[in-house]
Amino acid sequence: MPKRSYNKTPMREQAPEVRQHNFKEVALGYNLQEGQLEASRCLQCKDAPCILHCPVMIDIPGFIKQIKEDDMEGARKVLNRYTNLPAICGRVCPQEKQCEMVCRLGQSKKFEPVAIGKLERLVADWSLEHPEESIEITHDKGKVAIIGSGPSGLTAAGDLAKLGYEVVVFEALQTAGGVLTYGIPEFRLPKQIVQKEIDQIVAQGVKIETDMVVGKTITMDEIMEDFDACYIGVGAGTPHFMGIPGTDLTGVYASSEYLTRINLMHGYEFPHYDTPLQPAKNVVVIGGGNVAMDSARSAKRLGAETVTVLYRRSQEELPARVEEYHHSVEEDIQYNWLTSPVEYIAGDHGQLVGVKCIRMKLGEPDESGRRRPLPIAGSEFVVPADTAIEAIGQGANRVMLDTFPELATNRWGYVQADENTCATSVPGIFAGGDIVTGAATVILAMGAGKIAAKEIDQYVQNKQVTTTV
Amino acid sequence: MFKITERTALTDNEYQIWLEAPRIATKAQPGQFIILRIDEQGERIPLTICEADASAGKLRIIFQVIGKSTAQLAQVKTGMSLLDVVGPLGKPTEIKNYGTVMLVGGGVGIAALFPIVKGLKQAGNRVITIIGAKSKNLLILQEECAKYSDELILVTDDGSLGRKGLVTEAMADVLQREPINQAWAIGPSIMMKFCTKVATQFNVPIYVSLNPIMVDGTGMCGGCRVTIGEKIKFACVDGPEFLGAEVDWDGFIQRMRQYHPEEVTAYQAYQVKQVH
Ligand code: FES
Repeated sequence: MPKRSYNKTPMREQAPEVRQHNFKEVALGYNLQEGQLEASRCLQCKDAPCILHCPVMIDIPGFIKQIKEDDMEGARKVLNRYTNLPAICGRVCPQEKQCEMVCRLGQSKKFEPVAIGKLERLVADWSLEHPEESIEITHDKGKVAIIGSGPSGLTAAGDLAKLGYEVVVFEALQTAGGVLTYGIPEFRLPKQIVQKEIDQIVAQGVKIETDMVVGKTITMDEIMEDFDACYIGVGAGTPHFMGIPGTDLTGVYASSEYLTRINLMHGYEFPHYDTPLQPAKNVVVIGGGNVAMDSARSAKRLGAETVTVLYRRSQEELPARVEEYHHSVEEDIQYNWLTSPVEYIAGDHGQLVGVKCIRMKLGEPDESGRRRPLPIAGSEFVVPADTAIEAIGQGANRVMLDTFPELATNRWGYVQADENTCATSVPGIFAGGDIVTGAATVILAMGAGKIAAKEIDQYVQNKQVTTTV
Repeated sequence: MFKITERTALTDNEYQIWLEAPRIATKAQPGQFIILRIDEQGERIPLTICEADASAGKLRIIFQVIGKSTAQLAQVKTGMSLLDVVGPLGKPTEIKNYGTVMLVGGGVGIAALFPIVKGLKQAGNRVITIIGAKSKNLLILQEECAKYSDELILVTDDGSLGRKGLVTEAMADVLQREPINQAWAIGPSIMMKFCTKVATQFNVPIYVSLNPIMVDGTGMCGGCRVTIGEKIKFACVDGPEFLGAEVDWDGFIQRMRQYHPEEVTAYQAYQVKQVH
């Protein structure tokens, strides 16, 4: 047994000079040996804090032990008890703010925490390569509709199918996966991985109907009539714009459009695929979250010479994952801290030629506890740009909600649902994920999907008892 | 999969297809559109629903070849299937009895106008319809529009049929002649812009149907945004119909040209491939 190393076992990556020019996955994954080495760093705590800090409460020491003992089948079994999408979580969860943040090993100054996310990915990828025989389950406990095939909906669907329900998932776009498909780029989350995990959920008997816009193609009333219960996991779903002058210039995008064109529509493979993107030389990205990083790094890969991120606070407040930030810096993404755009400048044909910015300073903390950025008068300057991408967050999409006013929403337009049960104002309708919380993380959305599945099971069983009596 | 049950060439570059989409056909209302995708590599193409036959579960779509995707769509054969059809999208036209209404259609926009003409007639309006095209053989849906109009005025640029000139001139004559309670215009952006101008001169409210570049068509991407009365609106969910007087036409027309170079590249490459 080698001595426990201070640092995480490094994961091989595509070199920055190379990966800047392709959309292939950056992090290449552990092999079994590397995985075992990393697994041996785990202290196997009895009252493991990592479990409590996982939104779906995965038995982390449990699956890590199986890796160490070279029992991948056993490791898979442990993971499958808690998550339907481990290959996705292993890649995109903010482990540094969850399980790895409280890892006991990492609490000592010398040691980095165990690379829990990377180990999860190892098991999940192994699992996809060694598919299990699917066990025949009868789906006769009831019929449940799931609206939205993102992480929340898929999790609820998988769990309900395992519990014996007939499950139909309605997806508005042509491909299932929600944000996993249209939002997170290939280089961070390969679409093949997403598809494989979805295929496994389908193999459990879940039916996915694409091209179905609930509220348009099918109404909530029809769903309520046909199904015993329904889970709404449609995501936040509509982009915000800053609304500064020049927003309608060509070359100005919401990150939602930019990323959808690339990921869902394969814009980076134009003209082999039909959906284009405007070629860009100088790109400005506005925002500091993971979506901003994804947009910036995609722009680089599409051939932009300069990509500059404008963030109105300082590096300390950057909400993006540290890992993504580091990757972006390696890929030559520039940062303009304490900077906010005030106007898009137009060329002769209504196209963007520059972004007029203003410097900010941090004032008193606001309701969120973060220091409020304030503009510094007279500090305006222009960043030349032919493309600007706003990644400043999303609001609630109204398409379905407008057709179903019975469903209570809060003052931001999100669906009101009980945090502990996902129950909404309408009996039999449950909701979770970003449409309840506003934009959050994949794993939190999955957590809500898990709760909903359990509650829906209870609700349907109770209802059947009362109706038979 | 969505089966094409009929495909007809209406003019040199305008085509009509009927396709099977039973769920959409039962829900579709005048003014709404679908988004379709021909195959795995295909774009999401927004097209207005010209007619929905709920009992047969079919939709009628009329489109003009303007680039690669529509050229490819024009090549589909009866019996073939489209990979994706989604809808009905957008807000429907408010069909009610306004009194006397005026409907103006230009080019392929007549196909989008037709269900509104029909709906308004059935709602008891006195319907005056003006349809125009470059020349006689490009003027589509004449008979069907006539069937649902109290008065139908045909206009061609070259005078080969009906009035010679522009639809706006015919509009002005009618507006001078009698009071109109509500107007609609659907056609090329420039035409809608000028129809708005004429209607506004006579203080008649006019709706136009905007067809900006779209991706999802469900309010998710913001690509279809238009400035309406100084506010950002998404044409796919807040529209496609807006009051013409509130539209920022210059901004709208600019955004329509956003992918022009790419569209040309794709179309040329497609044409070369078709020849070989
Ligand atoms: S087309 Fe995406 S929001 Fe309208």
